[in-house]
Amino acid sequence: MTTTFSLPGDLAEAAGDDTSLRRFLHRLPGVDAAGLQARAAVLATRSIKAGAKLQAIDTAIRMVDLTTLEGADTEGRVRSLCGTARRPDPGRPEVPPVATVCVYPDRVGTAVRALAGSGVGVASVATAFPSGRSSLRIKLADTALAVESGADEIDMVIDRGAFLAGRYGQVFEEITAVRSACPDARLKVILETGELATYDNVRRACWLALLAGTDFIKTSTGKISPAATLPVTHLMLQAVRDFHQRTGARCGVKAAGGIRTTKDAIRYLVAVHEIAGPGWLTPRLFRLGASSLLGDLLMQRRTQLDGHYSGADYVAAP
Amino acid sequence: MEWTYSPALESREVARLRPHYPMFVDGKFTEGGGEPLTTINPATGTALADVSTASAANVDTAVRAARRAYERVWSRMPGAERAKYLLRIARLIQERARELAVLESLDTGTPISASRDVHVPAAAAHFFHHGGWADKLGYAGYGPDPRPFGVTGQVVSPDAALLSTAWKIAPALTCGNTVVLKPAESTPLSALVLAEICQQADLPPGVVNVLPGGADIGAALVAHDGLNKVAFTGSTDVGRQVTRTLAGTGRSLTLALGGPAVVVVFDDAPLDQAVDGVLAGALGGPLTGSRLLVQESIAAQLLDMLRTRAAALRIGDPLDKNTDVGAVSSAERLGRIEELAGNAVAEGAQRWVGPSPLPDQGFFCSPTLICDVNQAMRIATEDIPGPVLPVLTFRTPEEAAALANHTPTGLAASVWTDKGSRMLWAAQRIRTGVVWSNTACRFDPTAPFGGYREAGIGREGGRAGLQEYLDV
Repeated sequence: MTTTFSLPGDLAEAAGDDTSLRRFLHRLPGVDAAGLQARAAVLATRSIKAGAKLQAIDTAIRMVDLTTLEGADTEGRVRSLCGTARRPDPGRPEVPPVATVCVYPDRVGTAVRALAGSGVGVASVATAFPSGRSSLRIKLADTALAVESGADEIDMVIDRGAFLAGRYGQVFEEITAVRSACPDARLKVILETGELATYDNVRRACWLALLAGTDFIKTSTGKISPAATLPVTHLMLQAVRDFHQRTGARCGVKAAGGIRTTKDAIRYLVAVHEIAGPGWLTPRLFRLGASSLLGDLLMQRRTQLDGHYSGADYVAAP
Repeated sequence: MEWTYSPALESREVARLRPHYPMFVDGKFTEGGGEPLTTINPATGTALADVSTASAANVDTAVRAARRAYERVWSRMPGAERAKYLLRIARLIQERARELAVLESLDTGTPISASRDVHVPAAAAHFFHHGGWADKLGYAGYGPDPRPFGVTGQVVSPDAALLSTAWKIAPALTCGNTVVLKPAESTPLSALVLAEICQQADLPPGVVNVLPGGADIGAALVAHDGLNKVAFTGSTDVGRQVTRTLAGTGRSLTLALGGPAVVVVFDDAPLDQAVDGVLAGALGGPLTGSRLLVQESIAAQLLDMLRTRAAALRIGDPLDKNTDVGAVSSAERLGRIEELAGNAVAEGAQRWVGPSPLPDQGFFCSPTLICDVNQAMRIATEDIPGPVLPVLTFRTPEEAAALANHTPTGLAASVWTDKGSRMLWAAQRIRTGVVWSNTACRFDPTAPFGGYREAGIGREGGRAGLQEYLDV
């Protein structure tokens, strides 16, 4: 799964040590907050109707990382979620399955068994999720638990404290260490943008994670407000687009937390389409981390096809 | 994945388009004595409606009506009463926002997203803002009881027809003047619906009069000796003629003559947002045309980003809610764009044209970048009324200021840099009436708008804009 490519000379140099990382990250073009938000607001007014809407709904379903990250998660709840993931709308067998089920490391085994043969992946949060406040040893052990239980994807959190204190080298090394600990899994690096305070920081964190070899950059844990927002997602999509331009490698973006309605999801897809480009409109490169979104997508899908609303009682509850 | 947005057309019926629009004089819609004109839908090139035009005699009638309204009603009315009418008009614009937006898009080719989200709300905002001033003019800084001029003659250009009509009528009325307005020949409809709104608001007859017509009627209006004040929007050449006409008459004059905006992008600019700003300027809004000055060290990167963004713009039916680039408002303007771009290419400039196909009919122009432009080319200093962007590079901030200032006009500049001191320096050095800091094409009724030198005389909007309609 690991994309093995070597960074071009200037970027390889940037990834050398703490000083060169700082030099690189602080030379990235600044972000004008008002302009970024204005552009996100304008793109959010795109009107997606009829066939384009149905296509968007099916694409969004295939991009969902169906998530349960509660202290109270039981094996039964995870199994039930996996059932929904395999067949989101039992009355409509043509509805595609979601991308993955996302759980804590100790629930990975249950999910792997429940999803066997379905094509739906298992993603696990790791590295002392959600705060990231532990030693590297514990974080790697956390990752190992998930990998050994059969996780296909690892969603790690960065140490925001180290990042905000300017210890970029430390954050970089943690990412590369986790990267090596799960060589066969797809790695998502959670930036927790709600704690990074500025858009400039978000852009730096994106590039830091991309240089460290992540497959995906992810907005948030869902445990902090604000979680995913359109402007932040725009910024991350710009980063993967620019990274692709400089290296040829395509990395993905995951928007997680706070996306509850079909209307929201379509706004994210429009951003993917118009910022990163049509090439990113695939579950391999864009994900929506959500728990309640799937139900609304299914209801809107039925509405599009039947011509009237039915209700939440007609589709599977995640 | 290929994802094509399905058509999302705003309904044409919403515009309540009628086959014929009479002119509006003395509170009544009446037939004018001029030859009726046919207004064209620039997105199809086909006729939209017939519009009755004024004759010289009608101009005289309208000015007399405005004089009567001024002397008998409007100048005697307390400011607080005038405010009620302005606020009522503002609310009616909001109530009929969708109708006005669709009508404006049909008549001018502006994409519906822009007329719906920018032009119509801004038009209402001008009436709200000025409605608030009407009873507070004594506190505007022009003396305890500033007086209006009397009857004003106003001529509007085709750019942002509704918005520029609103920002002329609203300050005139708030200060106690009455208005005879001539909308642009190619885009008269929204002004006539605004007249209908005035009637709906029970505005006393004669306070606002709308006379559609060609350049001859514009000339007859500005030369009319019954006026106390003339406000003109249009080209520099016609602006000069108006100035000559009014010289020595003692009548006050406001000129809004345009000239391209200049966008200056320094090497430390927030580039993604600068690209948005550059395109916002080039795609119109109430300004036509702009030229881009970009620092050499980032020129290749910025142009690359611009080409990528411009190639993804959606060109087509202005009534489609997803259209980014609508039609150019008239065939004559399209011809002018092609002439200017063609001249520049003949003189050695490089042209890049967006790859999206254009509709088969109507007056459309692809987003275009003209690179390797030098200061001697006409395209570097003249208005280009369409999505065509001349690009010049500079090496030092001094050079940027020199290039920005090297134009007979000086309307607006948009400066992009992350460095505050450079922004302040540029704002001081660049001689334009407006400097947008890390943004472009923002219009707000509280901010005065206007230019240096041949960009015009006077300001529109804000406290400074009130002065244009007060005899102080």
